[in-house]
Amino acid sequence: MAKQNKIINFMGLGKAAFTISALLILISLGSLATQGLKFGLDFTGGSLVEVGYQQDADLGKIRQLLGEAGYEDVIVQNFGAATDVLIRMGEAHDPKLGDAVLAALQAGETQKLELRRNEYVGAQVGEELREQGGLGMLMALFMIMLYIAFRFQFKFSVGSVLALAHDVIITLGFFSVMGIEFDLTVLAAVLAVIGYSLNDTIVVFDRIRENFRLLRKEDAVEVINISLTQTLSRTLMTSFTTLLVVLALAIFGGETIHGFALALLVGIGVGTYSSIYVAANVMLLMGVSRDDLIPPPKEDDVIDELP
Amino acid sequence: MLNRYPLWKNLLILLLLALGLLYAAPNLYPDDYAIQLSGTREAYHVDEPLLERITTVLEREGISSKGTEVENGSGLVRFADGASQLRAKAVIAGLLGDQYVVAMNLAPTTPDWLSALGAGPMKLGLDLRGGVHFLLEVDTVQAVAQRLDVYVSEIKTKLRQEKLRYRLVDHRSDGSLEVKFADEAMRDEARSLLRKDYPEFLLSDETVDGAFFVVINLTEQTVRDIEDYAVKQNLTTLRNRVNELGVAEPLVQRQGRNRIVVQLPGVQDAAAAKRIIGKTANLEFRLEASPQATGVTTETYEFRSQPGREATIERDIIITGSSVANAQAAFDENGQPQVSITLDAKGGQMMGRVTRNAIQRRMAVLFVEYKSRTLTETVDGVAQERRIPYVEKKIISLATIQSVLGSQFRITGLDSATESSELALLLRAGALAAPIYFVEERSIGPSLGAENIALGVMSVKIGLALVLVFMVLYYRVFGILANIALSLNLVLLVAVMSLMSATLTLPGIAGIVLTVGMAVDANVLIFSRIREELNNGVPGQSAINAGFSRAFTTILDANVTTLIAALILFAMGTGPVKGFAVTLSVGIVTSMFTAIVVTRALVNLTYGGRKLNRLAL
Repeated sequence: MAKQNKIINFMGLGKAAFTISALLILISLGSLATQGLKFGLDFTGGSLVEVGYQQDADLGKIRQLLGEAGYEDVIVQNFGAATDVLIRMGEAHDPKLGDAVLAALQAGETQKLELRRNEYVGAQVGEELREQGGLGMLMALFMIMLYIAFRFQFKFSVGSVLALAHDVIITLGFFSVMGIEFDLTVLAAVLAVIGYSLNDTIVVFDRIRENFRLLRKEDAVEVINISLTQTLSRTLMTSFTTLLVVLALAIFGGETIHGFALALLVGIGVGTYSSIYVAANVMLLMGVSRDDLIPPPKEDDVIDELP
Repeated sequence: MLNRYPLWKNLLILLLLALGLLYAAPNLYPDDYAIQLSGTREAYHVDEPLLERITTVLEREGISSKGTEVENGSGLVRFADGASQLRAKAVIAGLLGDQYVVAMNLAPTTPDWLSALGAGPMKLGLDLRGGVHFLLEVDTVQAVAQRLDVYVSEIKTKLRQEKLRYRLVDHRSDGSLEVKFADEAMRDEARSLLRKDYPEFLLSDETVDGAFFVVINLTEQTVRDIEDYAVKQNLTTLRNRVNELGVAEPLVQRQGRNRIVVQLPGVQDAAAAKRIIGKTANLEFRLEASPQATGVTTETYEFRSQPGREATIERDIIITGSSVANAQAAFDENGQPQVSITLDAKGGQMMGRVTRNAIQRRMAVLFVEYKSRTLTETVDGVAQERRIPYVEKKIISLATIQSVLGSQFRITGLDSATESSELALLLRAGALAAPIYFVEERSIGPSLGAENIALGVMSVKIGLALVLVFMVLYYRVFGILANIALSLNLVLLVAVMSLMSATLTLPGIAGIVLTVGMAVDANVLIFSRIREELNNGVPGQSAINAGFSRAFTTILDANVTTLIAALILFAMGTGPVKGFAVTLSVGIVTSMFTAIVVTRALVNLTYGGRKLNRLAL
């Protein structure tokens, strides 16, 4: 590999990066405010039935059969494969719902249908989960901020947490804009993104800290540029290997965790970018300097003349 | 700079890895398809002769079994494939009838020498093996209201006994009780009486329009206790019912203040499970028939614990389970086991009225269960299961009435403490329980579970393969060493998960995939550092040493923060999310060990102790 003597002027692109980030966040927040998230069953409550067909299922016919059977407000969609149908209903809890739906569909079919999954979540449980999820996310951000303030310095912790918030908002925004369902596993993925993106940021911070102590002549912008250049190959390597496995998960993992893998893909992509641009930029804005990291000089030992 | 680990350190690493391999090994043995047999109650044991009978019948039907086992009165028959299991279930169920629960199950095939070491395979979550998950909520508000009803009647009786004339004892809309008096002195006396007898009451006085009130509120602690009792009672009842299903590893667990989780892995008929879990039991208290009674007014029932023993009792019911407020196993003055029973006011009155004229006669308690029987019948050449609901009534107690009974009485003369606690449990199971509702239900078909495993395992394989290839291409010899460490990381991860008997879920597999991606990170950090040092002209051995030591703090900080996120996920998550948090946390810890210590040992073994001219990095 080529020697990395050339220092890339990352911070020179600071303005452009800032504009891109601001734009993405605005779009995300706008979409979250107007469209909101398309919450899955876990959060909204309701019923869900997954039916397996042997041949490709005719969704229109299924809707018609269910309508005739007296089910209203039914959402019918394919799930992963053309033979797999997901039916969402606002029905109150009924232990026989799965069997009843299956019977209604079987009546119009010659092929043998299979009840693959039947879920019901009470509205209250969904609401609690939503609250808990939001709370958990804030809690994670706060604890991490505390840890970084303890291990590094306050300006670093603000930088990293803003970078995290940036990643989370954009990932949520992606789900909102694309109208992809947001369920419990996606929430787990978003929390994993917090962990991952932080991992990246910490590595960069660590190098910045080291270089502040090592390089005496350079100013803050130069130190950050040098640090980012030195860690770039590692940042890209790690993101690349992680993206490789997440991609494998998204492609081969099946429909149930597709949302999960998608959230990770977006989150890791954004996270890599934010650990280079957002975190460091925030620190520069806050005026990070060498003095923030040099440990305060120890009180000198005093030698006194014996009286 | 020699870069050599002392022998003891290498041996220690080797030992840890060997242990990892050992405890991960049980996961290599695929589960057997099995049928689990258990008696519906104590009296029906599963024993060797019974299993022999079953195998003979199975052989006659042309179904070969792989072996049988007996453990703690229940039995297991193993089969080579799912088809034989399915056929065998119908045959065995037909053979044994209602006295035994016949359930399909997957049985681990861990060799004995591994089990002896405490090793076993990971548990699979419902999303991977199929099954049913319920979340039930106990109506604790109702439980408190029911208890208040009991208090109302108790207070009335107490005041009457003490000749304190009250006008009214009633509920208030805010959940408190009021006792109304016409006379202040009477009120004050009643208040001090209540204060003495009911430490769980918060009492206050009120005077409205010349009427004097004592207002009773329950202390926060009492309300909690009542709620707790209601949830525990439901837990016990649910456990009993779930046991009746004969599921291999059922989970019945309290969640939060008033919820109960029930998980039944491998159960395929969710509707049947729900019927049994949601079914209600009841009690009937009746007098034993006098010898001269005619057949029209009597009925004969079997004893629950002694099949074959019967008693003839009257048709008239004194009270039912809905009058029973509580039943507790205890010991009497002589240390003999007893069960004390508390009835509500109405029940107490009825009991008093009937027993006044029945002293020295015997009273029976019938346990009433609403069950269903499965019939396998052939319709158009296809075997179909049909369920016929029926009511089963069995005697759980037959005791001589010694005196007039009121709202509190006891049953003595029981043989053992086991018997008394069993009786109390049955009484409570049939008694007034706080109602429960299903608030969440998930049932996953077995084929979906198998599909999830296949997809999950495939993505782990592909992800791992991609990373391995990439690492070798990019880091050459060091890449190979990192790959060995990465593979060992997976082994350790599986070993720790198995040791903790943690449950593997689909998001859990995703966590493993993610761990694979992130575990590489530590090695990437170290290798990048070594490269940098080499580029700066540092000699090989020193560069290796500096790379490892300087990357360490970075790796630590990065992993601790991820661990924080994972632990929070674990704390707030339920079910699948928890599974993800577990694999992620375990993965972070094991990957730090393999990436730092194991890779270092491998690098030392490869390059340590000699002069390096160039490094393949």
